[in-house]
Amino acid sequence: MKAPVRVWAGIVLIGAALICLPFAFAYAGTAWVRIANFAVLYVMLALGLNIVVGFAGLLDLGYIAFYAVGAYVYALLASPQFGLHLPFWVILPIGAAVAALFGVILGAPTLKLRGDYLAIVTLGFGEIIRIFLNNLSRPVNITNGPQGITGIDPFTLGSFSFARPQSFLGLDFSGPIKYYYLLLALTIGVIVVNIRLQNSRIGRAWEAIREDETAARSMGIDTTHLKLLAFAMGASFGGLAGGMFSAIQGFISPESFVLVESIMVVSMVVLGGMGNIWGVIVGAVLLSFVPEILRWTVTPVQEALFGRMLVEPEVIRMLLFGLALVLVMLFRPAGLLPSAVRKRELAASGEAPLVDARV
Amino acid sequence: MDTFLQQLVNGLTAGSVYAVVALGYTMVYGIIQLINFAHGEVVMIGAMVAFTVINALAAGGLPPLAVVLIGTLSAIPVCMVVGYAMERLAYRPLRRAPRLAPLITAIGVSIILQHLAMLVWSRNILAFPQIIQTQTYTFFGATISSVQIAIIGICIALMAGLALLVYRTPLGTAMRATAQNPQVAGLMGIDINRVIAATFVIGAALGAVAGVLYGTYYGIAQYTMGSILGLKAFSAAVLGGIGNIPGAMLGGVLLGLVEALGAGYIGDLTDLCSYGWLAGLMSERCADGGHFILFGSNYQDVFAFIVLILVLVFRPQGLLGERVGDRA
Repeated sequence: MKAPVRVWAGIVLIGAALICLPFAFAYAGTAWVRIANFAVLYVMLALGLNIVVGFAGLLDLGYIAFYAVGAYVYALLASPQFGLHLPFWVILPIGAAVAALFGVILGAPTLKLRGDYLAIVTLGFGEIIRIFLNNLSRPVNITNGPQGITGIDPFTLGSFSFARPQSFLGLDFSGPIKYYYLLLALTIGVIVVNIRLQNSRIGRAWEAIREDETAARSMGIDTTHLKLLAFAMGASFGGLAGGMFSAIQGFISPESFVLVESIMVVSMVVLGGMGNIWGVIVGAVLLSFVPEILRWTVTPVQEALFGRMLVEPEVIRMLLFGLALVLVMLFRPAGLLPSAVRKRELAASGEAPLVDARV
Repeated sequence: MDTFLQQLVNGLTAGSVYAVVALGYTMVYGIIQLINFAHGEVVMIGAMVAFTVINALAAGGLPPLAVVLIGTLSAIPVCMVVGYAMERLAYRPLRRAPRLAPLITAIGVSIILQHLAMLVWSRNILAFPQIIQTQTYTFFGATISSVQIAIIGICIALMAGLALLVYRTPLGTAMRATAQNPQVAGLMGIDINRVIAATFVIGAALGAVAGVLYGTYYGIAQYTMGSILGLKAFSAAVLGGIGNIPGAMLGGVLLGLVEALGAGYIGDLTDLCSYGWLAGLMSERCADGGHFILFGSNYQDVFAFIVLILVLVFRPQGLLGERVGDRA
């Protein structure tokens, strides 16, 4: 298929904007570059979860556990905790592989279950991981408990460190800006993998499973293996993002991997449009900037109106998330940017469990 | 033996509260196959409302039992309203939607309720005022307090009341009919919407009482208490066979016992120093009665999830549930 000139022009424009973005943000303050980095990280996470939720239709409420696994693998292998300092390009694949292994461990016993049970089990799994991270400091100190792990190595390649600021071609590249480009490159890789997956034999099989598992099985699709594969692939992207998070932050603790984070990633996927890669990206970017926008608007507005802060921005953010989940499901169940198939599927009434009992 | 009996008493107390909360999950699931994710938050709101009222009245000179009763009675209608609103606004419009949709709204409702509660009551922990004189009784080396006896008694009464309602009244018959086949129930003249709303409201009322009991037992209530309690109660409902009312009762009590006994014994069981040959290997740590405990009672919250996963893997229909075909 030939892409028309306009599509290429669009791609070039978006690319140029993405490349210039960190400098625009740096002008506003390094904090904004960090925020942009987290937005890209969330895009990566949301795309990983989209494989599980959007493609295969398995609601995973404990997705952040894989992110935690990736983050802890990186932290343990590149920090003073065990005195290990392996290079990042060795650890990131290990982290992704370990996360994938956890995905299979979680998936194997639960795949027989129907969607809603699966959601609860994954939620429980996420909590189990967090409880273990919190408590594995005794009798042998592995995770350092609630204090978390500090002094995690940044990414380095030879003498090139991603954490140090550098001048190149008259431009100042701060640490976060360098990470931004690395994250962007990785995320583009993840996007490409996602697009290729969606249009592949595997992707179509996932779609078939999502729409009707029984029918898919009778068509000869090996549902168990494909569902496991969805879990493992989603988990490995989560693990990858976790490793990046660990290095960028330099510090991790179980606090970063609470249930709310899982729900935030689910919200991104749902809001953007389950199964639609571009929708999920839009959802992730939107939701990662919401807290910052609220922080900059809510506090001054409240201080102007009431003379003091009545409602913390954090609470407003969570209320908005909850409301968004409910409203999207009620009025736009396929998300802001729905995927064509998903839209069709959600619009069809299917075999309704109840008669239309609306008053 | 002392530990065993003591943990049995503790487990029975916590378990009977789990059972009452689990009833809320199982009733709703039985009738519309929805995991009402936000039920735990209803329980939390019940506890918070009751504690606020009790704290306000504590200094008023009323008899303590009357204070607690007024607190509970004010929590019940609040929770009923919340339960009704939830069903009407978030779940009813989605009854014909794919399964994932109402589950996602349920998560949304849960987040909204939790953070509204945080706005109303702040992040602080509400403490139960020391107004009830607890008496403790000792038997065979285990102690049981009057509060524990009251909790177990009230839970049994609630479950008996619910069983009467479901199996002996017209509303209960309508509920069971709707659970079996909503279309046919509708044709028989049952107002399905009313029955489903009633199920939510009854579950919420039970949840309110359970919240007060749970809060009283541990002496505190906080806006976050709902999620973990809800998960445990859901596990209990699944253990007993979701959709099955006696199952939820059995599952709740069993889960409470597993949790209490697990927390009581896991430390001893995973103390490597109590195994001869391992103790020899680690003679430095184990000398002079030292311990090398792999997992302590801080893992208590893990048991509910492990039970949940084991049940779903080996007996997905639960202990008392019947095997049903895949309706997804």
